[in-house]
Amino acid sequence: MLRVQGLTKRFGGVVAVDNASLDVAEGRIVALIGPNGAGKTTLFTMVSGFQKPDTGTVTYQNQDITGMAPHAICQMGVTRTFQIVQPFAGLSVRENIAIGSHLHHPKRADALAEAAVVAESLGMKAMLDRPAQDLTVAGRKRLELARALATRPKLLLLDEVMAGLIPSEVLEIIPMIRKIRDSGVTILLIEHVMQAVMSLSEEAYVLAQGKMIAHGTPQQLVADPTVIEAYLGHGAAERLKAEHANA
Amino acid sequence: MIKREHTGNVIVAVLLGVCALLPYFVLSAAWTGFAINILIFSLLALAWNITGGFGGMMSFGHAVLFGSSAYATAMLQLHLGLNAWLAGAVALAVGALVGGFIGALSFRYGLRGSYFALVTLAFAEVFRVLASSFTVTGGGQGLSLPLGRELANLQFASRLDNYTFVLILVLIALAITIAVRRSRFGAYLIAIRENEEAAKALGINTFRVKVLAMTLSGAMAGTAGVAYLQTFLFVDSQIGFGTVMSFEALLGPIIGGAGTVLGPILGSLVLHTLGEVARESIGGAPGLNLVFYGVVLLIILRFLPDGLMGIFKPRSRAQAKPEGK
Amino acid sequence: MLGLIVPAVLNGLMSGAIYALVALGLTLIYGVLHIINFAHGSLLMLALYAVYFLHVLFGLDPYVALPFMVAGFFALGYALQRGVISTFSHGKDSNILLVTLALSIIIDNLALYFFTSNTRTVDLAYAFEMVEIGPAFIPLPRLIAFIAALIFAGLLWFVMTRTRTGKAIRAIAVEKRGAELMGINVKHAYAMCFGIGTACLAAAACLLLPTFYVTPQVGYAFVLVAFTTVVLGGMGSFVGALVGGLLLGVVEALCGLFLGETLGQIGIFAVFILTLLFRPAGLFSPRGAR
Repeated sequence: MLRVQGLTKRFGGVVAVDNASLDVAEGRIVALIGPNGAGKTTLFTMVSGFQKPDTGTVTYQNQDITGMAPHAICQMGVTRTFQIVQPFAGLSVRENIAIGSHLHHPKRADALAEAAVVAESLGMKAMLDRPAQDLTVAGRKRLELARALATRPKLLLLDEVMAGLIPSEVLEIIPMIRKIRDSGVTILLIEHVMQAVMSLSEEAYVLAQGKMIAHGTPQQLVADPTVIEAYLGHGAAERLKAEHANA
Repeated sequence: MIKREHTGNVIVAVLLGVCALLPYFVLSAAWTGFAINILIFSLLALAWNITGGFGGMMSFGHAVLFGSSAYATAMLQLHLGLNAWLAGAVALAVGALVGGFIGALSFRYGLRGSYFALVTLAFAEVFRVLASSFTVTGGGQGLSLPLGRELANLQFASRLDNYTFVLILVLIALAITIAVRRSRFGAYLIAIRENEEAAKALGINTFRVKVLAMTLSGAMAGTAGVAYLQTFLFVDSQIGFGTVMSFEALLGPIIGGAGTVLGPILGSLVLHTLGEVARESIGGAPGLNLVFYGVVLLIILRFLPDGLMGIFKPRSRAQAKPEGK
Repeated sequence: MLGLIVPAVLNGLMSGAIYALVALGLTLIYGVLHIINFAHGSLLMLALYAVYFLHVLFGLDPYVALPFMVAGFFALGYALQRGVISTFSHGKDSNILLVTLALSIIIDNLALYFFTSNTRTVDLAYAFEMVEIGPAFIPLPRLIAFIAALIFAGLLWFVMTRTRTGKAIRAIAVEKRGAELMGINVKHAYAMCFGIGTACLAAAACLLLPTFYVTPQVGYAFVLVAFTTVVLGGMGSFVGALVGGLLLGVVEALCGLFLGETLGQIGIFAVFILTLLFRPAGLFSPRGAR
């Protein structure tokens, strides 16, 4: 469904993303993980059209979408969420989500009705008419998800949707994401919360310092020494193995 | 919560409605003339509100749209002998075109915030200089329409007729504002104002929406320009493109409540009425009324940053700060 | 032709130096506070009137008045920022713009009321002495203004880079939080910065009045030129303001030469619009795009 090939992005002298490639098959939940500052969000911005890659291509459903405008990419069925959630201030939760549903519902009444349906599917029915600014962090994350869902995406790019959530909130949101996939949406998510990665994704890519260093099932990756090094530093894999041997 | 806003709207609407009827029953000709002024400024304010209020694109040079239409209708009537109504219609199109042009140019290059405000000011200045430099636009003298007090010439036999005409224009502009507020276009505009990047991510072609807003605003400001010319039968570069008109365009909405439906009209009404009252007591002098407006603006910014309509806005609980990385 | 162009260019440079000085204040204020100070022109006008009245009422020569003007207007600027602008705008960017706009409306029109729109000039004995430079005759005060403006710019650069206050201000411009954590009083520094910016205006006024005039509208005329200079030079760049000012002075002079007095004004606006569209970061942007 989504094929990223050789994506590279330089900012001044820094190479944020270096020849990164990944494939997302339809109907899967794929995770993009890696240490902080690895370039994951930059990759997302390039896939969703917010930045043009220096080299490389992004192909969605066999169409080249490299460098297309963000709104056009969204209209094709690829919607991204943002790491730092800013709801549309001054609007209620319902009105916020309606902005998303307006993509497929030109009439205000329809969009607002659809917004209510989406909100309910994410357990936000009670908050529909409250000001979006009153939401807690968890509420805002869900609002972000709802807004994106309202655009009826076929491919959903979730950028650290778990960040800032306490464990119980994480446990609540995991089945919601699974439900979204089951309803026919392919998901590519950036995530740090390992619990989510392990239980949700069927495969994962690891990005470190802009380079794709590993790919496999979460179980494979956890044992992969290259991945461990990327997270814990040089020599960590050796040390861990030694500890295991001694234990 | 929404109830409070709703009540506010009703109260203000009734207040404005009563004021709108005053010239028919109570007001003298002089005060009716004053009311006509307020209505013309309200038209301009409603126009500014579309881009500056709903869209968050604060323009400091909205006079460029007002003046373009005023000059267009004057020139079409004077130089081409065009019928006043036809000239007026064409003038509206001119206003829309200028709005669309400035919008397209500015947004194509990503101008926002203060930069956009400055560029609109620069455009207004350019037009002002151009208008005062050529004979076809009346040069330093400006353009005057000959008297012809019949409706066919879009001129009025009585002040009250004049008033009714402009009142109808304001009601139409109000209806347009309400329609925008309730439409997808309006929702998209507001989303763009709050968070343009998020809006793009939800499939909104922000460039197209913003340019459309400027075009609509241009047409609406154009009606103000046409109304002005048909009322006073005169325009010059200072009136048409000067800073005073640009300030009037934003004073009404900011004081009344930018982004609300009734705010621009309320703001214009309150501001000018207060100004008139002040003038009666302190005595008029050139520039003093503007000083007054500036002071009112400062007071509003300090104590009622959401404008007068903000009195009816619910206070939301302390907002959770968006988490960062 | 050359006989006309060279004097125009030279005159343009002289005007440009004043534009540069005015723009220096503006670019400083923007670079640090990120405020587009709409009241900048009005404050310049106020300064011009101050110099005028100091001369007319107390017989003070504008050049002699310079240190007092600079000190006085520094205080005024400090008070304005600390007392009015920061409190009235609640920190929101769009509000700051409106607050300075409101201030400019108030100041401009109060001046109109109190001083009337009569053009005022000062009569100085040496105002008409000419200095011959090549094919051109430059009025002495304009030459003095040119040199003084450059000196002042140099002084400003020194203050900003070598003194503790200057360094503190620049630190805040780059990283406000960090500066706060290091114990720098941001509110005070902001006000200092605004004060310095206003002081530049006072100096410019003293240098300008001998060969210029003052009316209540004069400030507004300078605002757009100042903004254009700042945008052309690069928001926050001192060198940019200098080069931009000089460049614009020349552009204005040449446009006036070829297009006539009224139409020539368009030159500046055209530069403004074109710069904003095609190179909004300016020629010498110190920190990249806005």
